[in-house]
Amino acid sequence: MANGILVIIAAQRGALSASSYELLGAGRQLADALKQPLLAAVIGANAKALAPDIAGRGVEKVFAVGHPGLENFVEEAYAKAAAAAAGKCDPSRIVLPSTVAGRALAARLSVVLKSGLTTDVSEILPDGRVRRGFFSGNLIAEVEFKTPLGIISVSPMTFPRAEAAGPAAAIEDVSFDPGTSKTQFVSYQAEASREIDLGAAEKVVAGGFGLGGPDGFKLLYDLAHVLGAAVGASRRAVDSGWIAYRHQVGLTGRTVRPKLYIAVGISGQIQHLAGMSSSNTIVAINPDKDCPLMQMASIALQGEYADVLPKITEEIKRRKGAVAAAA
Amino acid sequence: MTFQVSTDTSHPDGSFPIWQNCCYDGMTMALHIIVCIKSTPSSTNLGIDPATGLPKTAGVPLTINPFDEFALEEAVRLKERVPGSTTTALTVGPESASEVLREAIARGIDSGVIVTGPEFDGSDAFAASLALSAAIKKIHADKPVHLVVFGKNTSDVGAGVVGTQTGAWLDWPSVSAVKKIDAIDEQSVTVLRMMEDGVDTLKLALPACVCTVKEINEPRLPSLKGKMASKKAVFAKWTATDLGLQPQQVGTSGSGTKLLKATLPPPRPGGLRIDGGSPAEKAAKLVDILVERKLI
Repeated sequence: MANGILVIIAAQRGALSASSYELLGAGRQLADALKQPLLAAVIGANAKALAPDIAGRGVEKVFAVGHPGLENFVEEAYAKAAAAAAGKCDPSRIVLPSTVAGRALAARLSVVLKSGLTTDVSEILPDGRVRRGFFSGNLIAEVEFKTPLGIISVSPMTFPRAEAAGPAAAIEDVSFDPGTSKTQFVSYQAEASREIDLGAAEKVVAGGFGLGGPDGFKLLYDLAHVLGAAVGASRRAVDSGWIAYRHQVGLTGRTVRPKLYIAVGISGQIQHLAGMSSSNTIVAINPDKDCPLMQMASIALQGEYADVLPKITEEIKRRKGAVAAAA
Repeated sequence: MTFQVSTDTSHPDGSFPIWQNCCYDGMTMALHIIVCIKSTPSSTNLGIDPATGLPKTAGVPLTINPFDEFALEEAVRLKERVPGSTTTALTVGPESASEVLREAIARGIDSGVIVTGPEFDGSDAFAASLALSAAIKKIHADKPVHLVVFGKNTSDVGAGVVGTQTGAWLDWPSVSAVKKIDAIDEQSVTVLRMMEDGVDTLKLALPACVCTVKEINEPRLPSLKGKMASKKAVFAKWTATDLGLQPQQVGTSGSGTKLLKATLPPPRPGGLRIDGGSPAEKAAKLVDILVERKLI
């Protein structure tokens, strides 16, 4: 009988991702809810080297599925590797991240293992059912699995990160042969700038149509730099060509859940809210006090961005300077 | 003729063979492209039906899932790039969903197929992708398919997994988050995939499933000629039996998940307001609060 919660950590490009420990946090909640052991599998070219880190974070066992062909994410190969790990333990739940790779891997795996799949899970209920947003986040769905194995992919920045604690669990190497692949990985082009990734950022500063053009985004970037924040944008700002699509937050872009989300010149169309309304603290800066984002913000500052943004940046710099001087 | 926008496809560490573009000089080639589309409620601002506890969709007009417009556009562009190619739109849904096939024809797609019947009601992504894959197999047997194109996700459930699952059912390669179809011939497609940390280039043997993101193109509006054609279009209509599926393999009984109920998200009451004083005073006040809450 299916037993155990298997967290699958896809270590692309040879590294654990920011979400890896969150997956273990979500897995822990499921393990406690269903009273089943927590297991983990590390998949990647150097899975063996990364497994000890995971083994020390409250799991009972770690499966290491390593192969040179797993350096970069390829759907069929990773699904085969994940299925090999699942074959070792017959789990009742598999936990993956809701990233590009995690979502695709979950989808492929659900068919390979003939199991139900729920993506973008934001909450695990005490009996093991899960919740996710749907209809642009206007509604929350409560979902249960009908298959013995259920696969979930969890929203980033939602579950607590598992700390290093207790004795290290046993690590089992899983032999894996990718066979001939119908997908050839050709190349990887890293983001040119060393910007903070939106999905894993604790702070996000986002700009909208109210910024009036690329110059407005310069002021926004200044603020982001002093805060150590990632930069986001509304659809209209992206469609206007002021900033690249990869910064777009909302229904057609990324979903973010930072501790602090500062929205500047964003009125708060429902499509934008769908991508950020779960943020912990939301600050809105806008001349229109009645726009949706100002209405729902934790802190609403009424004003023109051009007047206020440089002052906020200056103020933070001044205080950081004061702290540095005092120390 | 080579349908390639030049990119350097050699791998920096040389571990992958440098891919030579296939050239088709003097040869004819044509692709058969399927686009999977869905009819979804035109509004996502739905209430909850007190009788069922589920989203109240009755009476809400249906429209084409907005993300599918990018998939349709990409199929039409591929057809323009590779003359002689044919395109087929495919949907699973109630009979009224054939309206989205008309939309597809209006946007330049050649023909449409609807998979419909009460047995498909309540399908989750797992069951819907099985139905799509069975329909694609049937189309493929009749006229070999090279590429199946999908939108990023739907505006209703929005899991963004059906394209990948369809590829898995077919045992064809799949790739998601595609921002560009770089090169294509009858044997393979080279795509750019938008990852969180950069862009991957992958080459998939055809037939394959490709899931797009909105950066891939800017959809055009339906043409007048297309609209005329869409009015006259007649679509193939298939049931589970036509696809060789048992009714219990699809719909609610074939689904891997069950939607128990829908709830409203917890309200987010408005918070503090900073509206008086000079810009510098407002800025200082905001920073005070953020420091107090340990956010900076």
